[in-house]
Amino acid sequence: MSILKIENLKKSFGKTEVLKDISFEMNEGEVIAILGSSGSGKTTLLRCVNFLEKADEGKIYVDDKLIYDAKTAQKMSAKDQRENQLNFGLVFQSFNLFPQYNVFENVTLAPKLLAKEEKNTAKYAEIDKKAYDILAKVGLSEKLNNYPCELSGGQQQRVSIARALMLDPKVLFFDEPTSALDPELTGEILKVIKSLAAKNTTMIIVTHEIEFAKNVADRIIFMDDGVIAEDGTPAQVIDNPKNERTRLFLQKFNELK
Amino acid sequence: MSSLASMTVPEVILNLLEGFAQNGIIFILTLLFAIPLGLVITFGSMSKWAPLKFLHNFYDNSEKGIAYSLLNFIADFKPVQALTRTFVWIIRGTPLMLQLFIFLYAPGLLFGVPNRDRITAAIIAFVINYAAYFSEIYRAGIENVAKGQYEAGQVLGMTKTQVFFKVVLFQVIKNITPPMSNEVITLVKDTSLVRVIGVTEIIMHAERFTKAGIIWPLFSTGLYFLLFNGILTILLGKLEKKMNYYHN
Repeated sequence: MSILKIENLKKSFGKTEVLKDISFEMNEGEVIAILGSSGSGKTTLLRCVNFLEKADEGKIYVDDKLIYDAKTAQKMSAKDQRENQLNFGLVFQSFNLFPQYNVFENVTLAPKLLAKEEKNTAKYAEIDKKAYDILAKVGLSEKLNNYPCELSGGQQQRVSIARALMLDPKVLFFDEPTSALDPELTGEILKVIKSLAAKNTTMIIVTHEIEFAKNVADRIIFMDDGVIAEDGTPAQVIDNPKNERTRLFLQKFNELK
Repeated sequence: MSSLASMTVPEVILNLLEGFAQNGIIFILTLLFAIPLGLVITFGSMSKWAPLKFLHNFYDNSEKGIAYSLLNFIADFKPVQALTRTFVWIIRGTPLMLQLFIFLYAPGLLFGVPNRDRITAAIIAFVINYAAYFSEIYRAGIENVAKGQYEAGQVLGMTKTQVFFKVVLFQVIKNITPPMSNEVITLVKDTSLVRVIGVTEIIMHAERFTKAGIIWPLFSTGLYFLLFNGILTILLGKLEKKMNYYHN
């Protein structure tokens, strides 16, 4: 049984076809890194799966249950969409923390709103405890009362990872999580992602850090011009690319190093 | 009442204060109604409702030419937005003084019901005028909240209402406090305009003294405005400072 299945996903913006028929499956506990040059559709793919964009065609399944069908997407109720949304977590390139709330509030806001809706405010203590635990795991126990503007980029990104983990997503997505960070701070984020991988967190990571992808991912998908050009283990895709575009991309990357 | 010319200084001050109370009432009622009305206008001017959008389906994207452009224009037409923005243009584009006359005379001219309540006419004119200005400040404040804030809320499973009230609203209030403070201070001074339709505010009171041969009360009215605005400036400054505990 696959935890996530994408079937024939297509997305255009005006006349530009950004995703041209994307299909893949992933298993629970798997870590997939998506590589590809800018404009290849990586981010759009993530945004479509997380309902930030509506795919024009295609289906998305979670645990073999259909949660998105482009044909009926217009009719999906806000309630259903939210429920489906909660299968996934997304860590943004630019963190998108809520600036007026401190670290602890940023992490607990959404779960507490959910508990409040379920008229289960008794759950608050449990949420608080979980927040302490998760923030400790990402090394931010000292920063609970700080506001995002008082933190470094790396610390902010760790808060946003903690915020996503609070809702126990079945699949956690990262959209170029280190692109806004300098190399020194990049390391601390990669360390956190590695520790999540060690705990069998199911993750899809869009990244430009090829070395990191090779180390942490079970599987690498190389995207080019809206299609999956290559899909395999790091050894297959990075060390022995079959596709011409993948070869060129990796070659350029190696030249830069 | 003693004749104006023979009043003592404290009596004059009290008399002017009576006039200033009228300015104060107009000021408070205008804020009370214009602040929420402005938000309604904002939603109108940000409305994306395009009932003819389906016309897009009738033309192939690849076609060019005048017919295509025209159809595109009609299909993109947003009636609520267009209507609201025209309204804001008219209100902001004409003098408030003229609007005071219009709201005083229009009911009589249009419906044959002469409006003898000058204060009500003045308040309606002020509320509509200021709501139009406020709406543009709100719009800028809302548009300045980063798109990522809405997206972060959405992926965390928050409803649109929750995102607005728990995440966006506070940031909007912080964004708009400085320009709103400006408008509020302008409003204090604008209240003196109501004398053109015969509402006896402070300057009208003072002019009676001028006619009776004493000029200083007229000049002294500036102090009332200064003092009032001084207090407002301090209060609004405090509010601004309170929200400065974070920056984006």
